[in-house]
Amino acid sequence: MSLAQPNYFSAQDTMDGELATLNLGPTHPATHGVFQNVLKVDGERIFSAEPTIGYIHRAFEKIAERRPYYQITPLTDRLNYCSSPINNMGWWMTVEKLIGVELPKRVDYMRVIMMELARIADHLICNSVVGVDTGALTGFTYMFQERERIYEMYEQVCGSRLTTNIGRIGGFERDFDKVFFHKLRSFIKEFPGRFDEFCRLLERNRIFMDRTINVGGISAERALSYGFSGPNLRAAGVDYDVRVMNPYASYEDFDFIIPIGDNGDTYDRFMVRQEEIRQSLNIIEQALENLPEGPFHADVPDFYLPPKNEVYHNMEALIYHFKIVMGETPVPVGEVYHAVEGANGELGFYLISDGGRAPYRLHFRRPCFIYYQAFPEMVQGAMISDAILTMSSLNVIAGELDA
Amino acid sequence: MSGLTNPIVLEQIQQQFPDAVLSASEPFGLLTLELKKQDVLPVMAFLRDAPTLDFGFLTDICGVHYPDQHQRELGVVYHLHSLVNNVRVRIKTFFPEKAPKMPSATKLFAAANWMERETYDFYGIVFDGHPDLRRILNVDEMDYFPMRKEYRLEDGTRTDKDDRYFGR
Repeated sequence: MSLAQPNYFSAQDTMDGELATLNLGPTHPATHGVFQNVLKVDGERIFSAEPTIGYIHRAFEKIAERRPYYQITPLTDRLNYCSSPINNMGWWMTVEKLIGVELPKRVDYMRVIMMELARIADHLICNSVVGVDTGALTGFTYMFQERERIYEMYEQVCGSRLTTNIGRIGGFERDFDKVFFHKLRSFIKEFPGRFDEFCRLLERNRIFMDRTINVGGISAERALSYGFSGPNLRAAGVDYDVRVMNPYASYEDFDFIIPIGDNGDTYDRFMVRQEEIRQSLNIIEQALENLPEGPFHADVPDFYLPPKNEVYHNMEALIYHFKIVMGETPVPVGEVYHAVEGANGELGFYLISDGGRAPYRLHFRRPCFIYYQAFPEMVQGAMISDAILTMSSLNVIAGELDA
Repeated sequence: MSGLTNPIVLEQIQQQFPDAVLSASEPFGLLTLELKKQDVLPVMAFLRDAPTLDFGFLTDICGVHYPDQHQRELGVVYHLHSLVNNVRVRIKTFFPEKAPKMPSATKLFAAANWMERETYDFYGIVFDGHPDLRRILNVDEMDYFPMRKEYRLEDGTRTDKDDRYFGR
């Protein structure tokens, strides 16, 4: 086992005239997102990398300070836009923690189904893109078909596909319908076979392994120091998963395995994500099998919009509707940190409420932003093509990077 | 998993640093300490290195701004996590807006680098000892710190919108 830093440059090497400067990005097709890397290269070897981020910074934290709680989900959608439902649910759970909502079990299970679907979609994109960056385009097109089916399920639940905005404070806006269950069941039935084809395409593929093993590795100590979380940390051998350490949404009811790697290189990250896809599917099966009957939202009339026909015919509902929309509902004063296991790691919401209509301060702990700073260290001494692979296997999502 | 709990963490800090903790509370079960500015780094180093505590994971750093708190307008909030014991701790410190300086935690945690750059970018808090304190998300030419409360989200000169009627 060797860690993937081929010590190409000795300490005497200095940045004299021999090094060339290469701009990787901001709109390079291989970066899969808008961020720039200024590489100093000696031939094909990277001497140093300097990432510049912020190209799609949208000031979400500032905007959130003027928005009522229920209008902040659209902002969270746009963090990691490959797995929006996880961000949405994370935000709802933060608010629910602050105002103290008891959720029906059914809501938890429905959330678990949506979040795990999102995790599958996110990991599918990441892993198939790692394939593309090694030159294997085929798997990508097949997996996008599967992702499309997940997006159709989102559409069935909430009406949109990418920026989902699923749910409300206290639960869901509507129950899962028959069509959704039909789509989900056929997905559970057919997906493993297709996914196995994808696995056979890459997992033991000689070219793929040569390209990814010992590329862009990081040791567990460095990964922890850099604040890695999620699959990237687990690939380095640390079994930290928020779903297990601080279970939310009834994750303690489910039986699943946390895969870990040992080198923290691109191949390990790929394999950890592969296994997580299988485990997520397993969790969805369990949730679907044990889905409790009951209401699809908690009884929080102060925060959950009443059905529209109620608003027209029932005075109480009208009052609640008015108070919610006009932001007249009192919110407790306090501060809360809530973390969920996003597709890229610990997605945290630090919320300070002064009792007003909007958060006093809302900070997103965005896993991408935190681990991307390790990128220069991970690619130093590597080839340019390895830098591309490292970046895509870290799954750096520009939306989450920049907030 | 050992039985490390919030009172034990607090007690250990108070033993080691008798005057450091200004206030302690547990909102939603998360131990929250307010420390004096000069004690933040030593306490974090202690939390990280004490074998029984092992807070080796820096979850987050962010700034906060309370314009109405006299002489302690700006603050920095650190979240640390002991992965071994599964205990989190939140450390806060406040200082005057006029002297927005804070020692940098980059020596303790590599992750603090960009987190502090972000905090500097949005709140103008200068982290002493940071290797590369530049703006990170905003453009370099920006001459203000946008997350401070005095910077309104919308153009303050607009007269066609009156948000008072909407509870804002």
